[in-house]
Formats: sequence, C-alpha cells, structure tokens
Amino acid sequence: MRCGVGTIFCVASKPQINRRVEKRVVFRSAWLPYALVAPQIAITLVFFFWPAVQAGWYSMQLQDAFGERTQFVGLANFAALFADANYLYAFRVTAVFSVLVAATGIAVALLLAATADRVIRGALAYRTLLIWPYAVAPAVAGVLWLFLFAPSIGVITFALRGVGVHWDWLLQGDQAMLLVVLAAAWKQISYNFLFFLAGLQSIPRSLIEAAAIDGAGPGRRFWTIVFPLLSPTAFFLLVVNMVYAFFDTFGVIDATTQGGPAGATQILVYKVYYDGVKGADLGGSSAQSVILMAIVIALTVVQFRYVERKVQY
Amino acid sequence: MVEQRPWLTVFSHAVLIAGILVVGFPLYVTFVASTRSLEDILSVPMPLLPGDRLWENYSQVLAAGTTKGVGAPVGRMMLNSLVMALAIACGKIAISIVASFAIVFFRFPLRNFFFWMIFVTLMLPVEVRIIPTFKVVSDLGMINSYVGLTLPLIASATATFLFRQFFLSVPEELAEAARIDGAGPMRFFRDVVLPLSKTSIAALFVIQFIYGWNQYLWPLLITTDESMYTAVIGIKRMIVAGDALTEWNLVMATAMLALLPPAAVVLLMQRWFVKGLVETEK
Repeated sequence: MRCGVGTIFCVASKPQINRRVEKRVVFRSAWLPYALVAPQIAITLVFFFWPAVQAGWYSMQLQDAFGERTQFVGLANFAALFADANYLYAFRVTAVFSVLVAATGIAVALLLAATADRVIRGALAYRTLLIWPYAVAPAVAGVLWLFLFAPSIGVITFALRGVGVHWDWLLQGDQAMLLVVLAAAWKQISYNFLFFLAGLQSIPRSLIEAAAIDGAGPGRRFWTIVFPLLSPTAFFLLVVNMVYAFFDTFGVIDATTQGGPAGATQILVYKVYYDGVKGADLGGSSAQSVILMAIVIALTVVQFRYVERKVQY
Repeated sequence: MVEQRPWLTVFSHAVLIAGILVVGFPLYVTFVASTRSLEDILSVPMPLLPGDRLWENYSQVLAAGTTKGVGAPVGRMMLNSLVMALAIACGKIAISIVASFAIVFFRFPLRNFFFWMIFVTLMLPVEVRIIPTFKVVSDLGMINSYVGLTLPLIASATATFLFRQFFLSVPEELAEAARIDGAGPMRFFRDVVLPLSKTSIAALFVIQFIYGWNQYLWPLLITTDESMYTAVIGIKRMIVAGDALTEWNLVMATAMLALLPPAAVVLLMQRWFVKGLVETEK
C-alpha cells in the first residue's frame, strides 16, 4: 500500500488494512503501556481538550466590559456572529486567501519539481537552493515581503512605479491580499517541492520508458502517467496547504497587514485573535473558535472520504 | 532521463534557475539591507549591492537591540528561541515515541481510545483555542516562563503517527526473537526499536526544531517580558508604524539572524531530512 506522506490519513481511511497489519501480539504488562502513553495524554488533556471544552463554554456566555460578570446566553453569540457582516466577510477573505495560497504554492512547486526531476547535472544544488524557505518563520517571511513592497521605500514598489503601477497596500485591499498571498505561498513552495520531488522519484522508471518507447512525448507522459500517479501527493499537499493557509499564516498576516486595510486580509484565525485579545470579547471570540473547530473537523472528515474514493494508489 | 531532448533540458535548467532567483530575491534584498545604513535604505531606490555596515548592524542588534521599538538584545532572543526549539523538538519526539511504542507493541484496554484522543488533537491547533489555552497556562502560573512557552506545544499527533507507521513496519520476528531471548519490553525498546528509528527521529527533529523556532502566536501571548521574547517576536516588535520610522537595517539584520539557525538545520541535515521524508512514505 502506498500510503503517501499522508500516513495520517491512511490510518483513518483504511481501517480494514490496519486491522490486518495489527495482528501482532507482543508484550503484556498491566501498567507499562499506560505509563508510556501518560505524558502525551496528560498534555493533550490539559492543553487541548480542556481548553476546547472551555471554548465551548465561553462561547455561550456574555461578559460585561470589565470582565466581572458573566451571563449565560445560549447560542446568542453564534447568532450575533452570523448576523455580523464583518464576520461573513472574513469567511470570504479566508476562502479567497487559502485557495490562492494553495493554488500558487502547489502549481509553482509542481513546475519546479517536474523540471528538477528531469535534470541530472546540478540536481542536488538546485534542491538545496530551493528548500531553505521551508525554514523561514511565517512572520519573518511576512517581514521580508513587507520590506520589498513597503509603500514608500520598497524595491518592488519602486520598480512597479517605474511601469506605472501605483502600489500602496495600506490603502488598496487587493494589493494587501496579493502581498500576504505571495508571502504565504513563497514560504510553502519548498515544502510542496520536496514532496512532489519525492513523489516523482518514487514513480517506476519502467513506466515512463515504456511510454517513451510507445512514442509518447514528455508532455503526454506527464499528463497521462506522472500526474495521475502523483495525485495522492497532490491531494495530501492540497490538504496541508489549506490547513496551512487557514491557521499557520497568522504570523504572515500579523507581521504585514494585521488584517487591514478595512478587513481586506482579515482571515478567520486573525479575527479570533483580534476580537479575543485586542477586543477582549471573550464570548464572541470563543464562538468563533468553536466554529473554526467545526470547520477543521468537517474538512478532515470530508477529506478522508474523498481520499478513499477518488485518489488512486 | 528517458531520451535526449536538449531543448527540454535547457528549458528545465532555465525554469529552475528562474525559480531559485525568484525564491532567493527576498533573502538577497534582506541581506543587502542588513549591511547598509538606514540612510541608504531610505534613499529610494535602495542600492542593491551589499554595503560595509555588516559588522556594525549585527553587533548592535545582538548586543543591544534597536533604539526605537523593542530595546532587548537579540542575542538573548536567539537564546530563548533556541531553548524553545530544542525543548519542543526533543519533548515531542520523546513523548511521541514512547506513546506509539505502547500503542503498537502492547495490547491493553483503551488502546484505541488513547490513539483516537491523540489523533483528534490534529483538529485543535493552537490558533482555534487561543484564549482558553492562554487562561489555562496563566492559571498554572506559566506566563513568561520556558515551561509555558514549550509544554503546551509538546503534544504531537503527527510525530505519534509517523512513529506508529514506522513501528508497524518493523518485522514481527524482531519482537519475537527479543521475547524468546528473554528481553523485556523496555530492553527491546532501547536495543532494537530506538536504533532502528534513528532516521525517523532525525527527520522529525529537523521538522520540529523548525516548528519550535518559528512559533509566533503562542510566544506572542505568553511573553510579555522583553527578556523572554523569541527572535521572531522581536522582529515584529521592532517594526514601528510608518516606513521611515523603522530602523530597517537593524530589523533586517535581526531577520537574517532569526532565519539562519533553522535554515542551517535544514541545509546541514538535508540528506537525513529528505531521506526520512521519503522513507516514511512507504
């Protein structure tokens, strides 16, 4: 079974296979296995489950401005959120942002990996020079691009002015979106590249050679053989990139636009932080957390089903 | 390569070189800015060749920080980042490897329950439970401490799954042989499982070190004291409103310092890293 790097997903999506693998019966001890899982489980309970439960609890409460009194309000916070145009707008912004980040990162990485798989001379040097952005923190990536695109002193801003583009993302929402998409996708290219390259290298050469002997050119071979065989990798990367764009790009946003201008780059995660920490709206922010959790869980479930049916191994 | 197509090869090299230049451009500009004076940077357009202020800029941020914005020395921040990255990487690997060892090599009640509990944490990233987690940590008195910075991030579904998948591929005969020879489970763990897991551990170490070093939201909440800032937080705090007020030469020197250690880990451990990734794929 070719489980892909998405071993995580195979675990969940292929229970029958796992049951077969897990026939081994090895050690027995009344207490040792519990002691071994205890640290992980303890941390999970204290820092994951307990806060998640509390988020659920806070989400049904209303706090006064001084945080002294709280009142149980049921689902009123949720109702308020879905009546709030800003919140619905943040949904749209998040959708646009994550699709753009995933599409850009995956497309560029696939192009680079396909060419890197082809060259022989200098392959290692190319790989080395392409993977380092993986190590750059999202917030630092944001700062690097912020500097290039700074409205008054940026190098690219200057070049754009030369060709007649007026660049000021502080005022123009689309430009701010472009800036955060660039910074977020740039950082993710090397990750995607590595996984595509590993996927390409695990494709049996004999398949490609057979197609070449039958007269299929490089383009035809790519779309009829290589690309279908890469689909598990591509799908895995799509999942990872969406999750990345949803959550890990907080640093990119906070270091560059901070959600602005006028909410044009305010993704859902940033709004949870902004409303909860800066706005001190405990109930509203917790309700947003609960909605985000629901989204993550739904995404994961849908993806398991999809992975099982559509993607060939 | 299947057949000779010289033009396609040339094209491939051209694409790769263009890719490297585009990907590397932000880093190059950052480096240039970190070797220049503030006046150079503010004179539009900024010169695109390195200047002569490398030593001054880097020694100033390492020892003293910036004059506007945050005034804490970046040397201290780098130390905080290092502690955080090492503690998270080692902690994650340690608790995940023993947990997956128990899940694969033992049969015990609630085994699947524990497994799913760890699995579900994948769906609860810090970002979605920011405020309650912050409250828990502050109730435990862990604000502005290394424990508070690291402990809540140590649970790892990913690492547990990678180890579990790897352990399932360990031939059953090895465990049988160990048992016949009278080795207990912990002896088997130490003498057979650990040595076999070296590559997985190395690969995970690289990934988790970078994860720890690059943490942003969590230290932003947990550290209010400048002496506990990590390098990534420090940079953010150095950028004050307005292009002209920020000391960009110092910010960029700090950015270089903040990205060098994780980049060095990726590049130096590259062979292990990629090998580990490819091996976990089987």
